Amino acid sequence: MTNPVTVAPTNIKQRRFAELFLLVLAIAISTAGYIAASLGYTNAMPTDLWLVVGVCSALFLTAHLAIRKLAPYADPLLLPLAAFLNLIGLVLIHRLDLADAARAERAGRSIPRADAIAQLTWTAVGIILFVAVLVILRDHRILQRFTYTALVLGVTLLILPLLPFIGTSINGARLWLRVGPLSFQPAEMAKLCLIVFLAGYLVVKRDALATARSRVLGVDLPRGRDLGPLLIAWVASMGVLVFQRDLGTALLFFGLFILLLYVATERRSWLLLGSILFVAGAGLAYFAFGHVQQRFDVWLHPFSDPNGTAFQIVQSLFGLAAGGVLGTGLGLGNPQFVPFAKTDFIMATAGEELGLAGLIVILMIYAVLAQRGFRIAVSARDAFGTLLAGGLSIVIVLQVFIVVGGVTRLIPLTGLTTPFLSYGGSSLVANWIIIALLVRISDGARKPAPPVRPSRDEALTQVVQL
Amino acid sequence: MNNPLRKLSGFAAVLLIALLINLTYVQVFNANALRQKPGNSRTVLGEYDRQRGPITVGNKSIATSTPTQGQFSYARTYPEGSLYAHTTGYYSLLYGASGLERVENSILSGTDDRLLVDRLSQLLAGRAPKGGSVQTTLIPDAQRTALRQLKGRRGAVLAIDPSTGAILAMVSSPTFDPNQLASPNAATEREAWSKLQNDEDSPLLNRSIAQVYPPGSTFKLVTAAAALSTGKYTKKSSIYGPASLKLPLSNNRLPNQNGKACGTNNKTTLENAIRISCNTALANLGLVIGNDVIADQAEKFGFNQSFDIPLSSATSVYPRDIDRPQTALSAIGQFDVRSTVLQMALVAAGIGNQGVVMKPYLVAQTRGPDLAVLDATTPTVFSQAVSADVAAQLRDMMVTVVKRGTGRRAAIPGIQVAGKTGTAQQGNGKPPHAWFVSFAPAKNPKVAVAVIIEDGDGSTEISGGRLAAPIARAVMEAVLNQ
Repeated sequence: MTNPVTVAPTNIKQRRFAELFLLVLAIAISTAGYIAASLGYTNAMPTDLWLVVGVCSALFLTAHLAIRKLAPYADPLLLPLAAFLNLIGLVLIHRLDLADAARAERAGRSIPRADAIAQLTWTAVGIILFVAVLVILRDHRILQRFTYTALVLGVTLLILPLLPFIGTSINGARLWLRVGPLSFQPAEMAKLCLIVFLAGYLVVKRDALATARSRVLGVDLPRGRDLGPLLIAWVASMGVLVFQRDLGTALLFFGLFILLLYVATERRSWLLLGSILFVAGAGLAYFAFGHVQQRFDVWLHPFSDPNGTAFQIVQSLFGLAAGGVLGTGLGLGNPQFVPFAKTDFIMATAGEELGLAGLIVILMIYAVLAQRGFRIAVSARDAFGTLLAGGLSIVIVLQVFIVVGGVTRLIPLTGLTTPFLSYGGSSLVANWIIIALLVRISDGARKPAPPVRPSRDEALTQVVQL
Repeated sequence: MNNPLRKLSGFAAVLLIALLINLTYVQVFNANALRQKPGNSRTVLGEYDRQRGPITVGNKSIATSTPTQGQFSYARTYPEGSLYAHTTGYYSLLYGASGLERVENSILSGTDDRLLVDRLSQLLAGRAPKGGSVQTTLIPDAQRTALRQLKGRRGAVLAIDPSTGAILAMVSSPTFDPNQLASPNAATEREAWSKLQNDEDSPLLNRSIAQVYPPGSTFKLVTAAAALSTGKYTKKSSIYGPASLKLPLSNNRLPNQNGKACGTNNKTTLENAIRISCNTALANLGLVIGNDVIADQAEKFGFNQSFDIPLSSATSVYPRDIDRPQTALSAIGQFDVRSTVLQMALVAAGIGNQGVVMKPYLVAQTRGPDLAVLDATTPTVFSQAVSADVAAQLRDMMVTVVKRGTGRRAAIPGIQVAGKTGTAQQGNGKPPHAWFVSFAPAKNPKVAVAVIIEDGDGSTEISGGRLAAPIARAVMEAVLNQ
């Protein structure tokens, strides 16, 4: 419609109004939540209601219009789902702000700055970058040119926090960058870079990697020089993460590597190799590092030290139990008892006040988001798009599983942010870029083919790049 | 690449299902266990935000929740302070609960399953759910008299209605003020707690049911009951009672307190032996009838088990599988025999109630927030400890104890009182405990009472009659004057 040259066939629907409707629904539900949290906790309407609702509406409407203009054939569910998660996160952070304010008031301290407003600012940055990606990246295949740039950038980002002066250790994990008043967690951006690298690299090497050259213990292994860069990326990220003590991210990256290799090569031997490496690595880490051992012990026996090492997980479980099926209601529980309630344990907050019912809704949103991502990967017209969308979806699935599983004691607790929900700028911004990329790929997949596609032969392009 | 992607999509679904199953377990099936874990501050806070039901004596509240302007919606107060401290217990944010506050918590907090409908209707009406109430069987005058008579000495009084088992007075001394442990100020509460914990007299200990003592001569009633129940003895039977009894299998001798024989030619009647609390006669009687007979009798009175009134009592102990010298000592309530004050009150009550021991209870009824009765205690028989005939003979012996024996100070003008003194040796140089058990009126008694004063008054003389009997008398009068 915007492009007069393109004539849309009648069987391809853009469904932009469905997107708008869902977006309005998400904003309406979250507005009700925002009010309920204040009413529940203080018996008063939130003072900044119209500011927050206005800014959110403006932001997401802008994103919606950007999609209409720049990616009209994109999947209509991506934006509303991500926006809904972002808004639920704002409501929960706002609710915890109220508790923080009350605590400060009781202790006679000055009331701290509202984190919800900071998160709102980061949402704005996220949406701006979302639109920027759509504007700049008119075709996702352009990213393929930056395969090795992404590798260098990603590894650099991972190493940065270990450097003196700019690297900062917060809560025992050295994974922060501090420049002036701003702190930044580069692992989230590194995650994006590594996905771009892996997608670009595997597109070219997947045939080589799938061709068995040597057989070790019944496992087909590819040639050394095909494996080389991959190994470098893997060792670099693992090694750095071990030094940063960031187990969650290490687990996430490891899973991403293995699963994306499996997708690219269609060889199950990667899964087998991955499982062996995982068990070996986990075993090694258990015996080599005290903190890994401690995490594991706390996971198995949380109630042997409920006020010490297991304090976080025990408080999280108490919160979830207090919530039960329907939750205490927003503003009516005590989620502030859980340490890091706004960041790593935001799902415990949701579980306490929104109950199992609320958590099911949130998990279903993630599930639908990931399923749409996999669908986009399958329907992408090029292999790079498939791997990129697949990688982005895998990251969403794994990250949600690792953090929610940890908070609910399904698996040992490792620190990770919950996509879109957790308080924190780096994570929010990185996740909005993920959505932007998925929007871009899905638009490319669903839009009618241009009349002529000269000199876009994939194999040719690859030869040039090599 | 599509095939692996579809499989991954399925894998994602598996992960999601794993999360959901685990969440359902944590938030639904395991939720109650987690809520009840010690240290779960949410549960305690939740209870502080709800109007907790009162504990009452008659219609008067001895523990009540009143609305406050503070961090919590309600404050727990105990209008009578220390008088009912061991009955109500404390209800502390920091240190949990004790007494009825603990064992009747589900009623008081309104979380009992029987209050579910009430809770839902309150919820639908938009009102905060309230707790139910617990009505005790105590009599204020008896309670007050007992505490006053104990004068802060370490000791306890427990009075019971022999025909029903209802507990009429339960006092442990020294006592404490539960208000101090329900303070909204954490620092005040901590200070009060550490003071109580460091107090050498252990004021938090409920000496009437939670502590066991050697029962001493009061236990002679059980030995006499066992002998009479064999059918080979009556209260007039002549038994052997020398100045000191040579214990079998050893060279030790068990002397009488006054060093004299209990009758001419070392012979006395069972009635007289009880009246003057003759050690040698009862010890020898124990040897003659055997330890198993005494143990069986003791267990019929409630020894070797605990009672839930619904506060849990300590287990009173009568040892089995002991040798003959130990049997002789056990027959007069020494050696390893241990009894709660409640247990000795039950012995007296059983004798007074024609041999029928009633199950003791402290809670008359529980009511929902709407005042509907949830549970009213009906008196139930614990056991027929002795026959009515044996009970009558025991009663007659106890009457002579008060009339002309060691328990004269328990006499009430115009009312026949049955009683028995006790002086329990503790060994290692400590002064003996002073005991007294009694009931009145002797025929068709309205009250049975057991009193203990720890560590007597420093003398080794019989102190049960002098220290404990007047307290028993005062408490019985308080009940009879109702």
